[in-house]
Amino acid sequence: MELFNHNPDFKMDVLREVGNIGAGNAATALSRMLDKPVDMSVPTVSFVPFESIADRVGGSEEVVVAVFLRVDGDAPGNMFFLMSREQARLLLRELAGFELEDENEYSELELSALCEIGNILAGSYLSSLADLTGLAMSPTVPQVAVDMAGAILSYGLLQFGTMGDDALLISTTFLKDEREAEGYFFFIPDPESFARMFVSLGVPLE
Amino acid sequence: MNEGNMVKVGMADIGVAFGGAILKTTGLGSCVGLTLFDPLRLVAGMAHIMLPSSDIAREGQLNIAKYADTSIPELLARLLQLGADRRRLVAKLAGGAQMFAFAGGSDSLRIGPRNVESAKEELERLAIPIASEDTGGNYGRTIELDSASGILTIRSVQFGTKEI
Repeated sequence: MELFNHNPDFKMDVLREVGNIGAGNAATALSRMLDKPVDMSVPTVSFVPFESIADRVGGSEEVVVAVFLRVDGDAPGNMFFLMSREQARLLLRELAGFELEDENEYSELELSALCEIGNILAGSYLSSLADLTGLAMSPTVPQVAVDMAGAILSYGLLQFGTMGDDALLISTTFLKDEREAEGYFFFIPDPESFARMFVSLGVPLE
Repeated sequence: MNEGNMVKVGMADIGVAFGGAILKTTGLGSCVGLTLFDPLRLVAGMAHIMLPSSDIAREGQLNIAKYADTSIPELLARLLQLGADRRRLVAKLAGGAQMFAFAGGSDSLRIGPRNVESAKEELERLAIPIASEDTGGNYGRTIELDSASGILTIRSVQFGTKEI
């Protein structure tokens, strides 16, 4: 992207901070829901080749539980909250007392609960970004899917698809402990959104 | 990429195989996996199509494997180079799902069905018949084409494995 020709390191740092503030708020929301600490990794901001988009969550064929929502407003984009099936099962048990008999079979109620968790987390991520940037950013009604990570995440790449073969991804991992991931937050702003975020944050474009 | 006799086809990518090698692409969602096969020469090709038309491309250097209207002619050309006879070629399609459905969804959210429509139009233009397809739905697919038999194996989380 041409936008990143000038001062790319600084711009990437700004996006990392954007991810840090957004995911930090989401982690706090999750921590309150679970009534226990939730740690998170330093956000990763990078151009990821389409082919590698699912690598962080175990590869294209890895089955994940994903909540997807579209971000509307001044800086539109795509947002995913991804979990392994095991983590989704634990989350449903801890938060709602659901006992899953089969990690592959979810009732309407369980899917709806996962959707709501994603909604709360994405909402706190976005509202902190909106506060920071002064831009209007609102989540659409979230959708949940249990499927191959590649099939799910490729849906978030379409806006970048017409421009090249990689996408700028802001990702954060929520950690259960030092080894195990609780979930992943992927924010993929539309290509046009970056300039708007930079302008609103006072970052010189050139 | 070629691992043993498995040729992996990436997203927005094209691959060809012969002599019993397997063509594979993983995690098709709204993307379409399109295969061509010559049952006499036993040469096969696969395209992982991401978007319906190169008209919408804004990239400097066009990745022709990405768009239905540019990918299929390129795949055809590569198979002809390998000795395929275009009168014998048959096509199979898989993917083109709508992973997420939104009320009053905009056109970009219907990308899966549009990819399928566009691929079929291109096949019709090139006069290549469609032998079978497994498209649509709301789930992901991984597909493998056997260049010895032309059998397309489709795997999904919900429905397991099937052959078309």
